[in-house]
Amino acid sequence: MELKRVVVTGLGALTPIGNNIEEYWEALVAGKSGCAPITYFDAEKFKTKFACELKNFNALDFFDRKEARKLDRFAQYAIVASDEAIKDSGIDLDVVDKNRVGVIWGAGIGGLETFQDEVINFSEGDGTPRFNPFFIPKMIADIAPGNISIRHGFMGANYTTVSACASAANAMFDALNNIRLGYSDVIISGGSEAAVTKAGMGGFNAMHALSTRNESPETASRPFDATRDGFVLGEGAGALVLEEYEHAKARGAKIYAEFIGGGLSSDAYHMTAPHPEGTGVVAVMQNCLQNAGLKPEDIDAINTHGTSTPLGDVAELKAIGKVFGDHAKNININSTKSMTGHLLGAAGAVEAISAILSMQHGIVPPTINHEHFDENIDSELNLTLNKAQKRDVNVVMSNTFGFGGHNACVVFKKLDE
Amino acid sequence: MSDIASRVKAIIVDKLGVDENEVVNEASFTNDLGADSLDTVELIMEFEKEFDIQIPDDQAENIATVGQAVSYIENAK
Repeated sequence: MELKRVVVTGLGALTPIGNNIEEYWEALVAGKSGCAPITYFDAEKFKTKFACELKNFNALDFFDRKEARKLDRFAQYAIVASDEAIKDSGIDLDVVDKNRVGVIWGAGIGGLETFQDEVINFSEGDGTPRFNPFFIPKMIADIAPGNISIRHGFMGANYTTVSACASAANAMFDALNNIRLGYSDVIISGGSEAAVTKAGMGGFNAMHALSTRNESPETASRPFDATRDGFVLGEGAGALVLEEYEHAKARGAKIYAEFIGGGLSSDAYHMTAPHPEGTGVVAVMQNCLQNAGLKPEDIDAINTHGTSTPLGDVAELKAIGKVFGDHAKNININSTKSMTGHLLGAAGAVEAISAILSMQHGIVPPTINHEHFDENIDSELNLTLNKAQKRDVNVVMSNTFGFGGHNACVVFKKLDE
Repeated sequence: MSDIASRVKAIIVDKLGVDENEVVNEASFTNDLGADSLDTVELIMEFEKEFDIQIPDDQAENIATVGQAVSYIENAK
């Protein structure tokens, strides 16, 4: 059976550097950091006192008070970003066959704040279980796509993929395959996360995963820099409307890019540490190229996982060297996490959006905060350091890797009519 | 309005996001004030917390209107 072609027809973003697609892209190109001291709670006793929080996001601009109260922030973000993407796609909700519209979403954790607050409340009581009836439905990771479908009446496939920081890329690849196989005409995909909470910061701090550059939060996320000391926690959502090509063409849709393939693999090595030689990462990029029918030389740009951790960044670049050989130095490699921080389960979505927009605009956003070359990194690689670069991008790849050794990679191409 | 009635109504306005004028004694949580089954459970829990009382499940089933909530709490206090 011939696989259907899949295109991207709508985008939405709610990020620490911009609350919609236009603001997000402008900030990416300008090299703006979204990092600042934590405002959500008193972080005085925490090793890391900063994060990439959303700015000026007020749930009551989007939901009435009753609705907002029943949604954890990760679900609010999902709804806001997907509303933007759906509107951007121009899909007529009165006309589209809603039985063939699905929502496949990514969330690495889900309603962490809800979980934290309910357990705190319980532990402060006398042991009588007085849990709020909305505790479970607010917290569960699948409630984001559940709410998106309720809001718009989409009755197709509906679930969340959970693979830590690879979650959104897993969701997008599932969505791609679902449409390829003819099961759906349209899938709203992407991811959201809201883990800037006491439990989230404390938990990641305990793993020594986070940067502790408290004296300079805005330069803390510094992928590939020799003095990088961990990732910066971010939050937000990215949403993509993925659509079967003929369906999009028939309604005269604006098409951002063709979604031509994806790949998955596992490190099978350690719960949290990356494999030092990046073997699983080599495999995921090779799987992705094969799935998309590409040669390594076809890739113009890679939005890396590039979290600014000492081990992960080197392992990923080594893997890129192995997969792409001599061509690696021709590729515009960047890490948008230098600006947005690490959106965990939403990372794959906001980074795929950056990758798609870099094709549309012919500009690759920078990896900011780079000051010191790391001798463990091949100096011939173009890491798009500190300033955006003009580049005619025809094919772009986006990597994400999650704790647990999950690797997911997606690739987009300018549409050939 | 009694103190209990005004506190009950404040909770209902807060939790159900309804206008104060709608919260009349005869108003049914589900039919008139837009509550679903989870909202109703949450309301009962809030009444328990606010008035420091226990409302057993079999009694809670009989509290379907604003007036029923007020009179239950008045009797329980």
